[in-house]
Amino acid sequence: MSGTVSNISAVTKKELYSYFVSPVAYVFMIIFLILTGFFTFMLGGFFQRNEANLASFFLWHPWLYMFLVPSVGMRVWSEERRSGTLELLFTLPITAWQAILGKFIAGCVFLFLCLSLTFPMVLTVNHLGDPDMGAILCGYIGSFLVAITFLAISGLTSSLTRNQVISFIISLVLCLLLILAGWPPITDLFVKWAPIWVVDFVAACSIIPHFEGLQRGVIDSRDIVYYLSLIIFSLFSTSVVLRSRKTS
Amino acid sequence: MIKVENLNKWFGPNHAVNGVSFNVNKGEVLGFLGPNGAGKSTTMRMITGFIPVDEGSITIGGFDIDEDPIKAKSLMGYLPENAPAYSDMTVTAFLRFIASLRGLSGSDRTIAVEKVIETCFLQAVRHQPIETLSKGFLHRTCFAQSIIHDPEVLILDEPTDGLDPNQKYEVRNLIKRMSERKAIILSTHILEEVDAVCSKVIIINNGKLVADGLPTELKKRSAMADSVIVKLNNAKYDDVSSRLEGIDGVDSVMCLIENEYFCSARVIPKKTGENYQNGLAEKIYHEANDAGWEICELKTDEGRLDDVFRSITTSDVSEGTK
Repeated sequence: MSGTVSNISAVTKKELYSYFVSPVAYVFMIIFLILTGFFTFMLGGFFQRNEANLASFFLWHPWLYMFLVPSVGMRVWSEERRSGTLELLFTLPITAWQAILGKFIAGCVFLFLCLSLTFPMVLTVNHLGDPDMGAILCGYIGSFLVAITFLAISGLTSSLTRNQVISFIISLVLCLLLILAGWPPITDLFVKWAPIWVVDFVAACSIIPHFEGLQRGVIDSRDIVYYLSLIIFSLFSTSVVLRSRKTS
Repeated sequence: MIKVENLNKWFGPNHAVNGVSFNVNKGEVLGFLGPNGAGKSTTMRMITGFIPVDEGSITIGGFDIDEDPIKAKSLMGYLPENAPAYSDMTVTAFLRFIASLRGLSGSDRTIAVEKVIETCFLQAVRHQPIETLSKGFLHRTCFAQSIIHDPEVLILDEPTDGLDPNQKYEVRNLIKRMSERKAIILSTHILEEVDAVCSKVIIINNGKLVADGLPTELKKRSAMADSVIVKLNNAKYDDVSSRLEGIDGVDSVMCLIENEYFCSARVIPKKTGENYQNGLAEKIYHEANDAGWEICELKTDEGRLDDVFRSITTSDVSEGTK
């Protein structure tokens, strides 16, 4: 058991080291912070709303993550495959699950760090009014869950190919589908021919309603289960792909 | 330590490894030879548990690589072909990472890292990112990674590939030094390396084991094995060949060099299964003395591994195409 924990933490540390030794982490952080600011104040109309909450801030998060998270996740496995280090990693006494979890946790830590650097937003809204801090905390939890769900998905697409660009595009499209699943033009595609439960299923796959609930300050176990099941499914698929495609 | 039994691997219709079996014990260095694409790397990847075995079994120190992969892997050190390493890490950080995954921590880890940095002559580059290393240093970094936990079994895929002659010499010495306490498999297509370090040789071609034995035994298979090379001053080749061909047991005499000062010839014995090695050279010595030639070189050819290698691996290809 201690071997499991130390293996996972060794991989996590190594991944975090890789994030911060390259410019990727800094570029990502700066762009994330600039864009959240821009979307919140310029597009979201933070001041015009005249409300002491962060709705205009969280509104754009899934869209930002859709572009940015795949750019973090795309290299996770495809780089290992391309440079041949996958052979090194999987001939060490470590299971595929330990490696996958180690890398996933490192990505989570990094995204958590980025998200926590948006704290000036919280200070601002507190300075201007008297917001519901519970709702803000839940909003942050929701935002983090969306980010790590996308991270798990881009890890999966990364394990499928040694080409980072392909990995990026596929995960971007998958994330877009998750965002748009509940949107009428998408559900309309199914309404005309599919049974109603299929339409409901597709609509239920949408990430937005599960995020909106949390933004209002409601922690619904169904939302949590939704995110966790997407994450576990993606990580599990990653392990299947890695096991079957080690050779290619 | 390493037991490979009837190993088979298919890539689609391509039978990449076909019924290969061998054993390596502690204290042995197995040279794994074969032309490019013969299945060497595939076999090594199966032994190290990177790709699954289709048929047959591999046990490392009693642990089956399929059933008990973590225990089997922890006994092994592996240097993959082309020496992959995490290019964004520094040499020390990389070695520390591998040491942690090898179950070392705290001061044990520090000691192990320092030790391999010293053994593999990496002091000068220890704080350099791996992507900036020259090929020789990269190779030695990856080699250091494979021995960091002092494994009982060492699998080296072309360990001296891309190194300069001095580095090759160092790496071979390192392997020789370690070989007393370990079971080592090394693949190579440099035949001098086998002479230098291996105690056992197997040759694989088209996925099949085509030769297995001691390096000296294999060399005996060479057409030139046991022939004697003689260089004589003040002698004419015609005289030399006629006198030497008269010796009992000589099959033929070949002229190597002839000029106004000396002549050099190769005397090929009849292949009767007997060992002529010492007897033939002695007879030639007496014959030359009787004829009044001055001997300035006389040596028995042990046979050349690359002749054997070529004859075994090319004849097999032509059989395959028939």
